[in-house]
Amino acid sequence: MIGEAVSFLVFLAGSTSIVSLGWGDMLIIILYFALVLGIGYYLKNFTKTGKDFFLAGRKMTSWIAGLAFISANLGSLELMGWAASAYQYGILAAHWYWIGAIPAMLFLGIIMMPFYYISKTHSVPGYLKLRFGESSSMLAAISFAFMTVLMSGVNMFAMALVMKVVVGWDLNFSIWVSSITVMVYVVLGGLLSAIFNEVLQFMLIWLGALLVPILGMVELGGWSGMVAKIHQNVAGDYTHMWRSLGHFANNPMGINWVGIVFGLGFVISFGYWTTDFLVVQRVLSAKDLRSSKMAPIIGAGFKMFVPLIVILPGLIGLAVMPGLVGQSQAVATGAQSYNEILPLMMARYLGPGLLGLGITALIAGFMSGMAGNVSAFATVWTYDIYRPIHFSLTKKKATDAHYVRMGRWSTFIGVIISIGTAYLVENAASIMDYVQALFSFFIAPLFGTIILGMLWKRCTAAGGFWGLLAGMTSSIGMWIWVELSPSALSIVALSPDAKAMSEDMFRALWSWLICVAVTVVVSYMTQPKPEAELVGLVRGCTDLPSEGHLPLTSRPIFWAGIVFAVFIILQIIFW
Amino acid sequence: MGDEHRISIWFFIGSLLTAYGVIIFIVSLPGLLNPAHEADVVLANLHAGVWWGILLVLLGLMYVILFWPFGKEKNESNEDAG
Repeated sequence: MIGEAVSFLVFLAGSTSIVSLGWGDMLIIILYFALVLGIGYYLKNFTKTGKDFFLAGRKMTSWIAGLAFISANLGSLELMGWAASAYQYGILAAHWYWIGAIPAMLFLGIIMMPFYYISKTHSVPGYLKLRFGESSSMLAAISFAFMTVLMSGVNMFAMALVMKVVVGWDLNFSIWVSSITVMVYVVLGGLLSAIFNEVLQFMLIWLGALLVPILGMVELGGWSGMVAKIHQNVAGDYTHMWRSLGHFANNPMGINWVGIVFGLGFVISFGYWTTDFLVVQRVLSAKDLRSSKMAPIIGAGFKMFVPLIVILPGLIGLAVMPGLVGQSQAVATGAQSYNEILPLMMARYLGPGLLGLGITALIAGFMSGMAGNVSAFATVWTYDIYRPIHFSLTKKKATDAHYVRMGRWSTFIGVIISIGTAYLVENAASIMDYVQALFSFFIAPLFGTIILGMLWKRCTAAGGFWGLLAGMTSSIGMWIWVELSPSALSIVALSPDAKAMSEDMFRALWSWLICVAVTVVVSYMTQPKPEAELVGLVRGCTDLPSEGHLPLTSRPIFWAGIVFAVFIILQIIFW
Repeated sequence: MGDEHRISIWFFIGSLLTAYGVIIFIVSLPGLLNPAHEADVVLANLHAGVWWGILLVLLGLMYVILFWPFGKEKNESNEDAG
């Protein structure tokens, strides 16, 4: 049986691929698919109720929830996209892992998780419903569902691209096989299945990708050898995090420190890590409040070191394989694209078996990303979109079993929509810029609404809704403005030297500011809820459990301090 | 089947890593034994596959042994499993 499958897969490998896989590589890939399907089948026995299917029973330890929390984000965009960005922009891409992640993750753990957890919400739109009512919740849920299936499609396309480039598999074959596998295991085991596979993927990614930077450093004679080689190959500063951010024209990304600190480090990062339900859902599965606070802190600890396997291979590529071009130029000229830098580096260093492990790590990352999106979509669709509509039509609550059935069906439909999206993305010029644009449409204003709702008891339902709507529409408006009139970029991003990434940062910043301003103004014009109705939802109205009796090493704040100190040290080292 | 009988995720991971380690070790051996069979990759002379295969087997076995689910009386904590 396995032999036939191997022969079939070998048959699919075309002559134009970077490498050809041997029997050991194929066996490794097949074992992975067999295991994830087996895990899905096994876990269906433990997925009976809505709490099991949508929140993994709320029984996860802080470690499992924390690893799943960062693994859900360690999909195709992380692996392929940021390695490509490191090749294109240099070490500046690491900002997305450090200032663009760590402070926000710690903030989620220490400040925000208590309210998400104590309110017993099943989702981020669910929190909005409790705090602001149905309108804000529905707006956030619909925009999240839209963004999620688009993201899932991006994941599928990226995976298919890797398979095409590295082993020559047909795009359609990769999209359909990976999609059906993800659909089967999420339909069977729900979030539990997704979390199991995310932890498995976390291990595979590290063990499959770590040899690339190790061997790359050996080849180049260490960090200083790599830096010297990059300076020989390209002009400009590709190896410093902060010293080139004084002006837009001084760095390859065309951005300045204001965009990085406030646009990325504050708005986009806090928006993504604290309000994107895809990642927050993993933390909500924690078994108790302390675990839910520790999970993002543990995730942050690991996140800081992901650049080793994503950014460093991109930089090594810049040193050993100069001259790669962007996707559109590659399509036009037939040259190789830096979007393929990670698989190219794997092909350079990984021999038989190791290559199979590296490719499996990529597949696992992509499939896990898809599963994360699809499981989050199923939850938001079922609880935040379908349930209120069903209730308004029938005037009665459906059973728990009914919602589990709907969760399974929406998983199926979510995958089908994602497949359609994957074919749309196939023609996108730049995967990363596309996704960044999506983030700034929805995520930045949502962060404005939620943070005001959590920390400011005067914030009203009308303020929350109109602020969120104003933020989203202004973000989309700015994007359309720049698309129609490229010269508008110098206004949105404050400089004629700004580039696409910079535009995303500043658009997010403006849309957040507009959201906050409208929310504050409308809130002062409308009547707030009585404080008694805000208990468990808003800081200042909620008694949080004290951790004073715990030993120092058991307190989340202690570990958050350690992680933050390491984060600061990394900034100084790579200044 | 109760949650308390759920097999730990770490057991699944350990099993897979062990199998992967064995496969990688076996396919990398010819290059170690005969330089003519070395893979066509940069730094093939370091035989990274052999050492990485051994590392995976050791790591995988550690997880398999620590989280062995069969024949145990105790209720394995479902948190570990999930």
